[in-house]
Amino acid sequence: MSNPEEPVLVVKNLRKQFGSGCTNCLDLKEESLEGNYCPVCQTVYACRDISLELYPGEILGVVGESGSGKSTLMRCLYFDEAVTAGQGYIKDYKDGQKNIFTETSQQKRYIRNHVLGMVYQNPYQGLRMGFSSIGNIAEKLIAAGNRNVGYMTDRAAGLLEKVNIPIYRMLEAPGKFSGGMQQRVQIAKALSNNPPILFLDEVTTGLDLSVQAAVLDLIKIIQRELAISMLVVSHDLSVIRMLSERTIVMLGGKIIEQGLTDQILEDPQHPYTQQLVQSLL
Amino acid sequence: MNNYNFAFFDEGSKREIRRATLKAIALPGYQVPFASREMPIARGWGTGGLQLTLSLVGKNDRLKVIDQGSDESVNAVSIKKLVIGTTGIDETDKTGEATLIQSRHRIPEAELREDQILVLQVPIPEPLREIEPSEYATKRLHADKEYSGVWLMLFEQIMAHGSVATGADHPVLVHDRYVMAPSPIPRFDNPKLDHSQALILLGAGREKKIYAVPPYTKVVSLAFEDYPFEVERMAERQCRLCGAAGVYFDELFDEKTNEKYYQCNDVSYCLQTRISLS
Repeated sequence: MSNPEEPVLVVKNLRKQFGSGCTNCLDLKEESLEGNYCPVCQTVYACRDISLELYPGEILGVVGESGSGKSTLMRCLYFDEAVTAGQGYIKDYKDGQKNIFTETSQQKRYIRNHVLGMVYQNPYQGLRMGFSSIGNIAEKLIAAGNRNVGYMTDRAAGLLEKVNIPIYRMLEAPGKFSGGMQQRVQIAKALSNNPPILFLDEVTTGLDLSVQAAVLDLIKIIQRELAISMLVVSHDLSVIRMLSERTIVMLGGKIIEQGLTDQILEDPQHPYTQQLVQSLL
Repeated sequence: MNNYNFAFFDEGSKREIRRATLKAIALPGYQVPFASREMPIARGWGTGGLQLTLSLVGKNDRLKVIDQGSDESVNAVSIKKLVIGTTGIDETDKTGEATLIQSRHRIPEAELREDQILVLQVPIPEPLREIEPSEYATKRLHADKEYSGVWLMLFEQIMAHGSVATGADHPVLVHDRYVMAPSPIPRFDNPKLDHSQALILLGAGREKKIYAVPPYTKVVSLAFEDYPFEVERMAERQCRLCGAAGVYFDELFDEKTNEKYYQCNDVSYCLQTRISLS
């Protein structure tokens, strides 16, 4: 078992900007920006020097309103977007010695395929809707270097059973499934090669309450059984309250508050967090 | 046809195509973009192959053009006429005598030699196209050596049919680097690409790409560990005309006797066998 004191993922000063920046906004001072937007050069600072640590087996929640940069943070960590600046270290990749953001595109693919799993808010981003559910899961295994059909079908069937997709529907395309089922196929796909780190981006948004509960249960079970570290992004505080031990609150591309989830919910410090917690009750 | 430059093209065009060809040979399996010319035949009818042929042909070459194994189909004859008419070189049907062979959908049965060049016509040069429509994306996938999409296609065929069902154009890995579409040759011809003595050039006129398998290059047909690569089953079949076995056959049907019979698909090979027997 790995040392629980040592984080599996360390992010230091991650910055993501859309636009080139100018002399007005170069120093990122509050007075020169309108929120995260520079009125002079129209640059948007989606993530402003985000630093975080993810520990083995923990679920770290990220909350914030829409446009706060939480999904951009996720997309940067999964290499869907290139970061503007910052460092990231993953314990299971080169012993956490290499900055993952400066690795080659081939190496980034390796990290994505071997060390990370991602569940998108919209299943259309994470799945191929025209391919069979088993094939969708096999794709992740193939990308991780597996070339054995027998093993991959067994593994995929096992995972689909775990996420409660009936066996007789496994050869069907996710395009024919309901939203909740698609989300569960996505989770099965993300889990297929036992990634030490899993990213969940608004997984329950848009699902009805009973299905939401089932998906959240599933995530809890997975965390308990497989001890996977997860980063959970949501705008929904009740989801965060149920899943995560620690929480980060983001606003305008910055972390404005972080700490134990209970602490943040019971005793929010930042005015925005106070407002957020207020609106939950 | 003295109004045309030798081999139809102006020298500048030939040079540009040859430059792309050299780059393709240097990077086995990599698709090199080139400025595909307007040709007197329509795109999709072998213009990629024809441009390669015209840029390579010299005064001492002997040309053979095959269309799905046949030297005498309309397409093969028109291409041959154009090249012969603008160069004055000799044509031949005999695979062994040709120095330059342009082919559509087949690699000849007779083994090719170092002094021969095989030019294949390609409709869709991108093996990832079926799963990724964007050229911008597929270029990046090639750069990252990310070929799970091609494997996924084969996997899905196994899920749907119980076996790999590529009728033609079964993807290959060239020189342990690039996955390549071998043009719509039957799987039966895929092993002929591996360590071929002849230089193999592939041209896609509509898609504006040239790629190559240099002589003695490792070419592996993609297959899963527990579903090994298989060619079409041609065993226990014999050519009705020449008696050959172990080659690629056309299946024909005699309506009078209601019987199936087989005939060599490579017409030139069949003729040669019959001549040497008589």
